[in-house]
Amino acid sequence: MSSALTNVSGPTERTSTIRSLLGRVLVLGAALSVAIYLVPLLIQFQMWMWLAVVVLATLAIFALYSTKRFVPAKYVFPGTFFLAVFLIIPIVLTVQTAFTNFGDGFRGTKEEAITAITNNSVQQTADSPIYNLTVATTGSPDEGPYSLFLVNPETNEVLYGADGETVRKAKPGDVTVTDGFVTAAEGYSILTPQEVNSNYEAISALTLSVSENSAIKVQGVRNAFEGTKTMVYDEATDTITDTATGNTYTVQKIGKSEYFVDANGNRLAQSWLQNVGLANFKELFTNTSLLKQLGGAFTWTLVFAGGSMLLTFLVGYFLALTLNDDRVRGKKFYRSFLLLPYAVPGFISLLIWSNFYNRDFGLINNALHLSINWLGDPTWAKVAVLLTNTWMGFPYMFIVCTGALQSISGDLKEAARIDGANGWQTTTRITTPLLLVSVAPLLVSTFAFNFNNFNAIQLLTRGGPFGEGEYIRGGTDILISVVYRIAFGGSGADYGFASAVSVILFVITGALAAIQFRATRALEDVN
Amino acid sequence: MSLNRRSFLSFTAIAATLSAAAACSGGTDAPETATADSTEAMASDDSVMRDPDADLVIWADEKKANSLREAAITWGKAQGITVAVQVVANELQSTFITANQAGNGPDVVLGAHDWIGNLVQNNSVSPVTLSEAAKSNIVEVGINAVTYDGQMYGVPYAVETLALFVNKGLTSVTAPTTIEELVAAGQAAGTEAVLSLPVGESGDAYHMQPLYTSGGGYLFGKNADGSLNPQDVGVGAEGSLASAAKIGELGTQGVLRTSITGDNAISLFTEGKAPYLVSGPWALADIVNAGIDYTVSQIPGFEGLNTARPFAGVNAFYVASKGKNAAFAQTFVTDVVKDTTITRAMFDLNQLPPVQKDLTEELKADYPDMVTFATLASEHADPMPSIPEMSEIWGPLGKAEANIVGGSDPATTMTSAGDEIKSAIAG
Repeated sequence: MSSALTNVSGPTERTSTIRSLLGRVLVLGAALSVAIYLVPLLIQFQMWMWLAVVVLATLAIFALYSTKRFVPAKYVFPGTFFLAVFLIIPIVLTVQTAFTNFGDGFRGTKEEAITAITNNSVQQTADSPIYNLTVATTGSPDEGPYSLFLVNPETNEVLYGADGETVRKAKPGDVTVTDGFVTAAEGYSILTPQEVNSNYEAISALTLSVSENSAIKVQGVRNAFEGTKTMVYDEATDTITDTATGNTYTVQKIGKSEYFVDANGNRLAQSWLQNVGLANFKELFTNTSLLKQLGGAFTWTLVFAGGSMLLTFLVGYFLALTLNDDRVRGKKFYRSFLLLPYAVPGFISLLIWSNFYNRDFGLINNALHLSINWLGDPTWAKVAVLLTNTWMGFPYMFIVCTGALQSISGDLKEAARIDGANGWQTTTRITTPLLLVSVAPLLVSTFAFNFNNFNAIQLLTRGGPFGEGEYIRGGTDILISVVYRIAFGGSGADYGFASAVSVILFVITGALAAIQFRATRALEDVN
Repeated sequence: MSLNRRSFLSFTAIAATLSAAAACSGGTDAPETATADSTEAMASDDSVMRDPDADLVIWADEKKANSLREAAITWGKAQGITVAVQVVANELQSTFITANQAGNGPDVVLGAHDWIGNLVQNNSVSPVTLSEAAKSNIVEVGINAVTYDGQMYGVPYAVETLALFVNKGLTSVTAPTTIEELVAAGQAAGTEAVLSLPVGESGDAYHMQPLYTSGGGYLFGKNADGSLNPQDVGVGAEGSLASAAKIGELGTQGVLRTSITGDNAISLFTEGKAPYLVSGPWALADIVNAGIDYTVSQIPGFEGLNTARPFAGVNAFYVASKGKNAAFAQTFVTDVVKDTTITRAMFDLNQLPPVQKDLTEELKADYPDMVTFATLASEHADPMPSIPEMSEIWGPLGKAEANIVGGSDPATTMTSAGDEIKSAIAG
């Protein structure tokens, strides 16, 4: 298995061991079998892009790993593959979705919508019974042709018929009826419930007319009723007509999507997945109130992420410094005690904190005899969010700083002391700059994490308080929680629009991260 | 094309294979960890992948799935088929819609009736037809709740609504007929709070609905055929302004408070800090456990105004539009209400007020509170609107009500909420 590494004298002289050969065959076989399993599935679900990915990846695996050549590529490939599958493709899909109306009400194709509209419009004919159904065949259970035997449970009259026929009465002698169901019929074999279930698509599509405008509709394995389809689709004109009212629905655009709409402007609920071009971006950039709210949220997001980063760092570093002093006794006890907030699942502690902040019944106001409107006043709510997030995040900084402090050589501090520096000077001039070199990248990632720290907001304040006339963004909403509310809070899920907003956010976050990393590069000069 | 669960899982598998390939040629032992991770991811996802071996697959939330499982399996045995009842703990509705669309969803799903609008617009469910006998045995509110566009899309089995719980140890006014009477009695009780009704900082339009309707507010107007008209939004209309004024008064008096939330409303009552509580049947267990001497009654309305009509929420069985066993699914859901076998078995494990009249009759002696809730739901409540436009109401109306309780001007706040809702529906 280890041909690439064990032989140090160069690629040309490597030898294949039985183990490496066997390993290679197994792996290539596994890759091939995965591909063989997936390809038909992907074709069936018409997922062409994934099909291309699977085929190309399998080809690449074979090309790279079946020979002894391409050694660098052997190492580069897995990383590149993961990058492509887990990072680039999702981004591509997000961008793609941003140009569609994908979301609730817009998931399927137009054909699916039409089928649903017409199939769902079957209405039971007034005063008609629900028949006891038996499905029978003169051929085979899986092929048909099928006949339906129907017993009217009130009159015990037996009706029967095959596809395309009008139902007629059965002669009492030809059929056996047990417990209200036909259990045997001359010349027919009866289908079991399982057979009905597995051939249900064909059986429920049978058309047995009762009269000119009503037909038998199979429902489940035991029942059928008499009903009419009230919605009829006309392919030539691409319209749907309601036969009960005479209303005609034509395809019209409402907002950014097409619907079937009647003359009075009433639309049918079912629409379909459509390409909407730049409509989502247009919606975002032309809605000034939305942009204003997003702008406000952006400012607070920066304050929240920056504040959380600074506060957690300051608290964590201070505690780390204190507990790094050899004069402190019971360090282990304090350290494990300080890690507690880190050990409690954030999900739970955030909900508990949310209750602590309750104005009338919360622990904080009650214990301190205050009457601060923590969650009802926008400013206090922001303070509450920052305080809680600091509590949640300082243990991490504490661990990081403790580790970094312990790696700073004691000689440096001693040298500083000999040079006449006091404790404060040693800490601020020597220890802190050295510590920042290793901690600064973590500060950047903390900032980035809090920039999208949805949980901290959603579980603590749900974005609130919402001022008068504010419905999209509350006092403590950060960008990501606003986007969540836009995408999922209103009219169900609107993935298309959410993707458009995400694309814009992605650009903003990317720019911010670039600026920050430039800034941290300056720190590297310290060492 | 979209990134769905199935494709994502497949790619986890490929990724694991590839990392194994890479590791083999690299001579490390890394593949073990990579594979372990991916199998774990798949195992945890198994719960929401449909059981491939069963003839009928039903998805429900944990409580309902556990109460249904045995009854459904027994039903299956009588039919000669296997039934799997699977728990989908989170986001059942959206998980179902996505899975159904991808062709790997269940045959039947059990959920709230106000999903219907969304399920229909996503082509996720098929209509059902019940026999006259079954239909006439179900309370009207149950039938109305599952009817959408003149078609029944679900089979109802339980109904929940809000009622007034009274702590008899704190007040002698056990059935106040008006809010004013309730407030006077509550204030006389001298407890920390008068009425425990969740408002919260972001609002709770569900729990506020009885007060909103009593003041004269409505959500959507009705078409001639009785269906809701999304173009006629009642928020911001005259009646809602009257409601807003009344709600504002209660806020000023400190009867309604934003500090009473869904998290603490029930505990305020069980701790004896409030003589009155507005909540649903889900609060019963806590109240009984706390040993409170209580009564359950209808929520009163404001003096001289309309009666208070809370929402009724109906639990229903739906037949998936793309289930693999649609025939068994149809048969199962109609059998649920054919008699009380399945619903009674479910009640014994998870008590919910029934919609079947004969089951209600059966439970009268042993479960009077559940029957009270069932009666209140059928006589004094309106089904939650199930049209998709309803999702635009919750946020703005709740937030407006919370702000009014907090002291904002009732009329302008309610009007602006109405404008927000109308523009969202139009867009």
